[in-house]
Parts: sequence; C-alpha cells; structure tokens
Amino acid sequence: MTPEMKGFLLLAVIKLLVIFVVLLVGVALLTLMERKLAGWMQNRPGPNRVGPSGILQPVADGLKNFIKEETQPAGANGMLFILAPALSFIPAMMLIAVIPLAAPLHLDFDWNLPLIGRTAYHGLMTVSIADLPMGFLFILAFSSIGVYGIALAGWSSNSKYSLLGGLRASAQMISYEVAMGLSLIPVLLLTGNVTFSEVIAKQQAGIWFIGPLFISFFVFLISGFAETNRLPFDMPEAESELVAGYHSEYSSMKFSMFMIGEYAHVVTIAAMVATLFFGGWDIPFTTWDEGGGALRSIATFLSFFLKMFFWIFFVMWIRWTLPRFRYDQLMTLGWKVLLPLALAYIMVTAGAIQGLEAVGVTSTRPVALALTGLNVGLGWLLFYVLDRGRVMRGVSRRPALAQPRTEGVG
Amino acid sequence: MSIGVKVMRRPEREVSYIRATLKGMMLTFKHMLQPRFTMEYPEVRSTEEWRIATRWRGTHRMMTDAQGRSKCVACGLCPQICPANCIKLVPGEDEAGNRYPLIYEIDEFRCVFCGYCQEVCPEEAIHVGVHYENAEYSRDRFVYDLERLSAQTHPVSTLWDPADPRGE
Repeated sequence: MTPEMKGFLLLAVIKLLVIFVVLLVGVALLTLMERKLAGWMQNRPGPNRVGPSGILQPVADGLKNFIKEETQPAGANGMLFILAPALSFIPAMMLIAVIPLAAPLHLDFDWNLPLIGRTAYHGLMTVSIADLPMGFLFILAFSSIGVYGIALAGWSSNSKYSLLGGLRASAQMISYEVAMGLSLIPVLLLTGNVTFSEVIAKQQAGIWFIGPLFISFFVFLISGFAETNRLPFDMPEAESELVAGYHSEYSSMKFSMFMIGEYAHVVTIAAMVATLFFGGWDIPFTTWDEGGGALRSIATFLSFFLKMFFWIFFVMWIRWTLPRFRYDQLMTLGWKVLLPLALAYIMVTAGAIQGLEAVGVTSTRPVALALTGLNVGLGWLLFYVLDRGRVMRGVSRRPALAQPRTEGVG
Repeated sequence: MSIGVKVMRRPEREVSYIRATLKGMMLTFKHMLQPRFTMEYPEVRSTEEWRIATRWRGTHRMMTDAQGRSKCVACGLCPQICPANCIKLVPGEDEAGNRYPLIYEIDEFRCVFCGYCQEVCPEEAIHVGVHYENAEYSRDRFVYDLERLSAQTHPVSTLWDPADPRGE
C-alpha cells in the first residue's frame, strides 16, 4: 500500500470516528435540548436534576434504556422486530457522512508512524466523511430507507397501534419524499451538480440559495418536517391516537434507537437546509473563508454549526408551537399543494434561467440576483394564496354557518 | 344521527394561516424568555414563598399535657368515626379510674386525612397536622404508635371556621 493510500485511509478513519462520536453525543444532547426548550416554552425549567442544570440527563436516560427489560409482544415477527430499529437507526446515522462540515483543510504531512509505517497526505482534505459525487441524491436515497425501518417496526409488532403508525409513516414519508426530491431539482438546475461542495461553491460565488430558490427552501423545509416525523407532521406517533405509533411495542435500547434515528434525521435535515440554502460553511460578506488553513476550517465549521443549530432549534420551536395536522390534511398538503408547487417551481426556475441566458445574463451573481427578485414576487404570491385558507381546509367542505347549530335529533 | 353534533362556525376563508403560525411562534419564543414559575420542591421549602395552608390535613399528632402524658382518654370516638378504619385503640384504666389508651395506632396508609378524628375528639388530643413528608423504607413504618404520634412537633391544622369560610 502506498503511503498516500495509507494517509487517506487514516484520515478517513479519524473523520469517521470523530464525526460519528460527535453525532451520537450531539443527538443525546439534543434530546436534552428538546426537553429544555419544551420546558422553557411552557414556563418550566425542564430537566434540571441530573448533573448541573440537567446536563447529565441524556446519560441517565441512556443508562436507563440499557438496563431496562427488553420486551417482545406475543406473536411478533421476531427477526423483523429486531431488524426494524437497526434499519431506522443506521441510515439516519449515515446521512451526515456526505455533508461538508467546514472548508477543506489543506494538509501536508509525511510521517513514519508505528505499526502502519510511512503515511503521507498532500492536498485538500474535505471535512466530511465522504464528498460523494452523488451528493444530496445519497441523502434522498438513504433517508427513504428509513421508511422500511418504521414500516417494518409497525408490521412486526403485532399491534394495531404500531401497524397504523407504520402505515401512516410509510404513506407520509413516501408522499413527502416526492415533494422533497422535486424541491431540490431547482438547486440542481442552478448548480449543475449534485455534490455539496459544488453547491456551496456556487453559493459563495453568487448569493445563498435562500434568495434565488426561496420556494424550494419552503417546500424542502416542510417536507423535511414530514420526513423526520416530527410535529406538526408526527402522524406515525400521534400519541393521542396511536399510543406511540410504530414504536409502541419497543422498549429499552431498541426504542432508544428509534429516538436516536429521529434526532439524527433532524440533524441531517437542519444540516441540509444550512448547506443547500444557507451557504453551508460559508461565512457571509467575506471571501476570507474560501482558502484552506486550520483557523479557517475552525471558523467555517463554527459558521456551519451555527446555521445548523438554528435550524435544529427551529424544528424544536415548531414542534412546541404548532398542533398536529389531521391525517387527510397532511396528505392534501403533500400531494395537492407541495407537489404541484414544486413541479411548477421547477418549470419557473428552468424558464427563468433559460430566459436569462437568452438575454445574455449567464454569470453567477446576476443570475442569482435576478432569480432572487423573481422569488420575492413568487413568495409573496404563494403566501397570498396560502393565506386564503386553501391549504388546511382538508377534504370535506363544511358550510360556513353564521351561528353554531345542532344537527340531528339531539 | 342519534347524538347532537355541534357544528362550529370556523372562519376558514377569513383567517390568515401564515399570520397565525408566525404569531404562535412569536408567542412560544416570548414564553421561552419569560421567567419560570416552577417552584423547585426540595430547595424551595426553606424559602418564604413556600407556604402550606393552615387547614392542610396531614400526618397526625397526639397532644400531650404538661406532664408529658397523652391527652387521650380512650373514649373511642375517633375509631368510631374514622371512615377509613385506620385507628386502632385499646382502652385501659389506671387505679384512679382514669381511662387511657393502652394501644393507640394510626395506619397512615389507610388514612384518608378527612380530619374527622380531630373534629370529634372531646379532649383535643388527636390532631391532623400541617405536615406531609412521611416517606419510609418499609410499609410497617407507616403505622404510627402512640409514642411516635406524641413525638410529632409540626403545627396542627386548624378546623374550618364558619365565620371565616375561606381561611382568610
């Protein structure tokens, strides 16, 4: 094996270890953050007994889940019952692998390490586990695998609540996957590439895609909520209707794996929103961050982390603000609003880019600015239409009555 | 339809959902920054804000006279009136003919803390008290005998006063 190969492998292993350990610890802390935020938004202190201001609460929860009894309902399909948590946990953890966390770091070393021998690396190292050429297609593909975990969990539990939760989850996630995938096509149109590094480079050259692709962002964010099965789209869990949905019958660490999967998904969605629409690790109003260097990598990582953290906070904020949708409203919103909206927006964006090309505007920044202008108009139009109450009315049309009245014999 | 269904008038066409959503989010954000109202229990006991109503009926207390003897004359009214049947009383008599309890036990687990024993007691001996922290490691520790009831020092609860029905 050449020293360069060894260097590459060594770095890959280090990145794997660091990123997954940080992700797992971060996810544990997110459960605490969720409960703290829930408390604060309800004028409560939240968990504050275990450790200083409750910081060790996730450790206590983890310990509890490890020593708890594992239960399996009678008549459950044993193999699938065990497979399901793994199927929802592993894909969720894998998603973070392709997201660039900081500016590429320039490394240049040639060491003689014990045991592995001469190890060398020259050049830029991407600060993600793998800067796959597939980019966000990888995330779309792997987040869909998570549906299997949830659907199988529901099916194998031999419980009506779990089954209904699993069914809802599969219907919901497949529906919103369509809108989510389509909402990313304008990003592809504007970038011409699906890799995250290219998307970030394009945003650095132009402006963040939140401007030029606002509707995409809007659709992506809503689909993201549905994909992560969080309020206001937590149909699969819906504790008031389905006990706990697909994980009703799970206990101990198997249950914990569903939770870790959910929070890892939240992290991924937040990271994707930050990367695709908020410039990733780009620090705004400066070009200082575009080179290598350890200091720049740290600064850009902080920038990325702040953006991601805001969106994680946003997801939790929404959870403790909005009530749950009704199931038919959810489906209506997915198929009748977001899907046509995403499709129409692809047309509009493609048309706009083509039109700009026709009048000779091809360089990145003017195109981005022109699209931003277009999106301000489109966004206003969208919200105008939404505000007329055509989204959440649901399927049945109730007659508008002047006074409450009683129907039937009474 | 056999039951009456109330159909609410919902202003579907007139309201703005975006505005309502944003308003809701502002509200939760504002609440996040507001002071918390939670009183954190074990710490807050020593502070001024932690007050229990004077009519709180909790752990019993047997009053004693100046000589340290129980005021109870073993008349048997309290076990008679006790709706939970948690008072065990075996009366005895000394040489002078004074009745006193040989055994007086209250099972705090069975007790429903109605306070009838205090109301019915002609000697103002047995009382319910303004006290609630009586956790123990075993169930039999919840049967309080006469000695333990007499050893309690917490304030006793005041009876309901018709002249001051709200305790002000």
